[in-house]
Amino acid sequence: MNLTWSEAEQALRSEARAWLAANVPGDLGSGDTRDGFERHLEWERLLFRDGWAAVSWPRAYGGRDATLWQWLIFEEEYYRAGAPQRVTQNGIFLLAPTVFEFGSPAQQASILPRMAAADDLWCQGWSEPGAGSDLAGIACRAERVEAGIGGGGWLLNGQKTWTTRGAFCTHLFGLFRTDPESERHRGLTYLLVPLSLEGVAVRGFGRLDGDEGFAEVFFDDVFLPDESPYGSWVLGEPGNGWSVAMATTGSERGLTLRSPGRFTATAARLVEAWRASGCTDGALRDRIVRAVIRAEAYRLFTLQTVTRIVESGGRSGPGAESSINKIWWSELDVELHSCAMDLLGPTAELEGPWSKGWQFSLAGPIYAGTNEIQRDIAAERLLGLPRSRR
Amino acid sequence: MRFSFTPEQLQLREAVVGLLESLCPPAAVRHAWAAPPGALDRAVWTALSKMGVFEVLVPPADGGLGLDWCSLVLVLEATGRAGLPHPVVETAAIAAPLLGSGFAPSGPAQMISASLGGSPAACGDDADWLVVDHDESVLLVPRAGVLGTAVQSVDRGRRLLAVEAIDPTAAQVVAEGPAAVAQALDRAALGAAAQLLGLSQTMLDMTVAHVANRHQFGVPVGSFQAVKHRLADALMELSFAKPVVYRAAWSLSAGDPHVSSHVSMAKAMASDAAEVVGRAALQCHGAIGYAVEYDLHLYLKRAWALSRAWGSAAWHRQRVAASAGLTV
Repeated sequence: MNLTWSEAEQALRSEARAWLAANVPGDLGSGDTRDGFERHLEWERLLFRDGWAAVSWPRAYGGRDATLWQWLIFEEEYYRAGAPQRVTQNGIFLLAPTVFEFGSPAQQASILPRMAAADDLWCQGWSEPGAGSDLAGIACRAERVEAGIGGGGWLLNGQKTWTTRGAFCTHLFGLFRTDPESERHRGLTYLLVPLSLEGVAVRGFGRLDGDEGFAEVFFDDVFLPDESPYGSWVLGEPGNGWSVAMATTGSERGLTLRSPGRFTATAARLVEAWRASGCTDGALRDRIVRAVIRAEAYRLFTLQTVTRIVESGGRSGPGAESSINKIWWSELDVELHSCAMDLLGPTAELEGPWSKGWQFSLAGPIYAGTNEIQRDIAAERLLGLPRSRR
Repeated sequence: MRFSFTPEQLQLREAVVGLLESLCPPAAVRHAWAAPPGALDRAVWTALSKMGVFEVLVPPADGGLGLDWCSLVLVLEATGRAGLPHPVVETAAIAAPLLGSGFAPSGPAQMISASLGGSPAACGDDADWLVVDHDESVLLVPRAGVLGTAVQSVDRGRRLLAVEAIDPTAAQVVAEGPAAVAQALDRAALGAAAQLLGLSQTMLDMTVAHVANRHQFGVPVGSFQAVKHRLADALMELSFAKPVVYRAAWSLSAGDPHVSSHVSMAKAMASDAAEVVGRAALQCHGAIGYAVEYDLHLYLKRAWALSRAWGSAAWHRQRVAASAGLTV
C-alpha cells in the first residue's frame, strides 16, 4: 500500500491546476438549454485545443496518454476549479470506452477524434416508452435492407426517449432489434446513427428543472446505409448489441461517468457554505460531516478499484461492483445537496446553483439503471442470492 | 498510488482466519459468555501469541514481527470476523507499540487489557496487565494492582471490568503527555473499527446463507426484492467502510499529519456500517435470529458494544468536524 502520488502524477496535477485556473470560464449557465449548450461547446473546444478534452486517450485521438490515475487527478482538479459539467460526457465517458473495447481500428480512428473535438455530439438512445428499467424490452427495429440501387443498409423504425441533450446532439448511439423473431436480450444490435438522416425527428422537452435536457427521438423509415465515414455504423457484431451495451453501463455506473472529484468538490463547497453561514445547528452539522466522510469514502473506494484495474493490466474492470458504486454516488449526491438546501433554509427555493444541483441530484438514483435495479444486481451477482422476478 | 495489500499481508490474514476458524468457533465465543471472571480459556490466545499476532507492531530488534498497521488492520478484522472475545486490540494495538521491547513483561502470551478515559476494560479480570491512563500519562499496571468491579455488558463475552483505582506503587509509566493518551485512543478506535468490519462481514455472510436456504411461499426468502435490497444496502455500507478503515491504517503507518481525522472517519464509517448490517441481519433472519440459541446475537451484541466503544460514530464525526473547520 502506498497512498501517495508519484512525481509524474503530481506534475499532471500542477499542470492541470494552472491551466484550469487560467481558463475556466465564469458561469456559462445550464448546458441543457439551446443557448447554454452553445456556450458550453466553446468551452469543450478550448479543452480539446489544449489537450484536456479526454486526457486518458491516445494523443492521436486528441488525448494526452494519461494513466487512469492521472485521469482521476484531472477530474479532481477539474471539479475543484469549479469547471462546468461536460456536455460531451455521454460521448467521451459512455460511448468512447465502448468504442475502445469493441470498435474496429477504422472506427476508433474516425469516431474518437471528432468526438474529442466536439465536432460530433453523441447522445444515448437506449430507453424507450416501453423499455426503461426493463431495457431488454426494446422494440425499436432495424430491418436489414439488402444491396439495391442505394446500396444495403438498415431501415429504422420506433422511438427512443429520455435522451439527454438529444435536441442538441448530432449523433445517437443505441440499441435496435435487428432480428424480428428475437426476444429480450437476443437479436439486438448496437448502432451509431446520425440524427441528420431523413425520417429522424427529435423533440426536446423539460426535465424536472425545466431545462430542455430531455428528448424523444422518432425513427420513421430511416435508412441507415452500410456505407459509413466511420467504416461501419455497427459497433461490435450485429445481434450482439446487448453485450456491447453492458460494457457501456459498466462505465456509466462504475468509474468514468461520475468520478469522485465531482463529489469531493461538492463536499468542499458545502463545508465552505457552512462556514459562511454562521449556522449553529449541531444536528445539521453532523449530517454535513457524515456526507463529507461519505464523499471521501467514495474517493477511497475508487482508489481501490483503480488499483485493481491497474494491477490486472486492465483485464479486470469495475465488474458487478459498479452496481453498489452507482447507488453510492447517486445517494451521496442527494445527501450533499439535501444538506445544502437545509443550510440555505428559506432561500433554498430560489433558483441558484444549489437548487439546480439538488434537482439534478434527484435524477441520479433513476438514470443509469435505477437504484432498485442496481440492488437486484448487487444481491444476485455480489451476494449470490437467487434470481427472481422483480 | 497503490491501494491494495501485499501478498504477505494477505497471507498473514489468511493464517489468522484459519487459526480462528478452528480455535474460535461460535462455541468458543459462547464459552466466554459462561466462564467465571478470570477463567477465560486461553487456548486460542496462546496460539495467536505463537503466531506473533501480538507482536505485529513490535520491531524485530525487540523480538517482534516488525510489521505495520497495514498488516495489523487485516489481522484485527479477522479477529472481529470470529467474534474473538479476548482483548486483542488492547494487547496488540494499544499495549504492544507502547511497550516495545518491554512487551510480554513476564513471559509469552501475556494478556493486556486497557481502560482509557474511564472506559471499562474488556476481559479485565482475565488479563495479566492493564493499560490505564492517569493524569495525562499511560500506565501499565498488573491486574493485582487494579481495584475494579465486574460490570455486565449485554454482550457477556465482553467480560468488562470497571476500573475504580490503581495501586500507584505497582504501576509503571509507559508513555507521558496528552498526545500519548490521544494516540493510544486512536489506535484503540482503529482497532475496533477493523473488528467491526469483520463482525459485519460475519453477520452479512450468515444472513446471506440463511435467506438463500430459508423457504417461505415456496421459494427462498432471499429471492424477494425486499430482502435483497436490504442486504444489498448492507453490503454497500460495508464495502465503502472498508477502504476508509484501511486508509487510516496506512496513515498510522506513514505518520500522516491528519491521522486522527482519518481514524475518526474510519470509526464513524465502520460503526455506522455495523449498525446497518446488524439491523438487516436481525430483520432478515426473522424470529430465528432473535433466539439466543442461534449464533447471530453473539456478533450482533459485540457490534453494538464496539460501535460505541472508543468513541461513537457521532463523537468521531465531531472530531472530523473540528479538524475540517466545521465549528458551531
